[in-house]
Amino acid sequence: MMWSWISTNGSLIWQLTWENIKLGVLPALYGLVISLPLGVIASRWRWFYPPALTVINVLYAVPSLALFIALIPAFGLTDTTVIIALTVFSLCVILPNVVAGLRGVPAAVTQAATAMGYGPLRRLVTVELPLAVPVILAGLRVGVVASISLASVGQLIGVSSLGYLFIDGLQRSFPTEIYVGLVLVIALALVCDLILVAVKRALTPWAARPERQRQRRLRQLTEVAP
Amino acid sequence: MSFFNWAWDWVTTDANWHGSGSIPQQIVAHLGYSALPLVIAALIGVPAGVAIGHRGGKGAVVVINIANAWRAIPTLGLLILLAVFLGFSPVTWLVPLVVLAIPPILVNAYEGVAAVEPSVRDAAVGMGMTPWQQVTRVEFPIALPLILVGLRTAAIFVVATATIAAYIGLGGLGRFIIDGLASNEYGPVAGGALLVVILAILVLALFAGLSRLVVPAGLRKQAKTE
Repeated sequence: MMWSWISTNGSLIWQLTWENIKLGVLPALYGLVISLPLGVIASRWRWFYPPALTVINVLYAVPSLALFIALIPAFGLTDTTVIIALTVFSLCVILPNVVAGLRGVPAAVTQAATAMGYGPLRRLVTVELPLAVPVILAGLRVGVVASISLASVGQLIGVSSLGYLFIDGLQRSFPTEIYVGLVLVIALALVCDLILVAVKRALTPWAARPERQRQRRLRQLTEVAP
Repeated sequence: MSFFNWAWDWVTTDANWHGSGSIPQQIVAHLGYSALPLVIAALIGVPAGVAIGHRGGKGAVVVINIANAWRAIPTLGLLILLAVFLGFSPVTWLVPLVVLAIPPILVNAYEGVAAVEPSVRDAAVGMGMTPWQQVTRVEFPIALPLILVGLRTAAIFVVATATIAAYIGLGGLGRFIIDGLASNEYGPVAGGALLVVILAILVLALFAGLSRLVVPAGLRKQAKTE
């Protein structure tokens, strides 16, 4: 481990990290944006889902490198190629969760919303989607972590990311560079994961840790009691 | 020319099917590189997942978070790091692929066992089954469909990612892709990618067939009526 290498190459490392964030986070967000309408369709019209799931399973079986290569004739050796390919993978992870989340909304809840005069769209946006948030975000977490980690493979077709540190480190037999790349990729993925956990807590305050709440209430009671 | 034209021309060129390093040889090598890590990952992931699912309690949070963090490890980076230290030893390619395969196997084995209905568990206990019998004769068979889903996902990951192993000089279908990229020949790159996709889809089909054979008849009937 040569610590001095890190300080002398700070700007390179920073630039690659930024590239990797872009290549990892954008596909997960695009995947979410595409999954939401598809998931709504799949949970409304049930016949749509089994064939869609088969397509997803097959797409998910495509190696990332192979998909990058298949997109090269259309998009060249660019960020777009990597972003599109990783969007496809994110979609494969997120869509099943959107469907599961929407289907998991208890029938009594949707009936209550309908009885209160909610139309289908308002019910979807204000009742069903919020209740599906934990499951959808669980999918998004996997999607973003996988994208950040897979973005480094894009380096094999020359699209720069933290993967550059792996390949350059191998060519120069310089482990420090590889360590830095590994640590940064894992750290980036974990930070994004933690951010999404925080987002989930913020979006679903009603789901907040019943155990701890119960304890807090218990403590308040005992503190109030003389 | 499009991706498929390139791939088709290369795959149908007779010379690529004969001699050393030919398509059939690399397919066999690829399957070999995929099977061993999958078996090792299954031997670790299935018992661990089943055991945690059987114990219940806070296992869920732990398993899902560890698996998610685990996914953040970039396979390419790990592979290259080991290659720098160990050269081309079997450990170099085995460890990254095992690491890759463990999360889906572990999570699905856990979810499968954790989802066994409490009434079924109670019945097993009431019949006087020992914990070992509960696991092997009740929980494991019920969890088997999900365990197979985990193994399927892992198998696809491994088959897809074994491609990258060619980067450090390993055989398999990735050879065509990496060598083609290095010499700027798009034919073998596209052809190799297509063959990996086909192989992955065959693995998918294999597991679809396997799940039909292995899942107990009673459960299959139940799944159908649900």
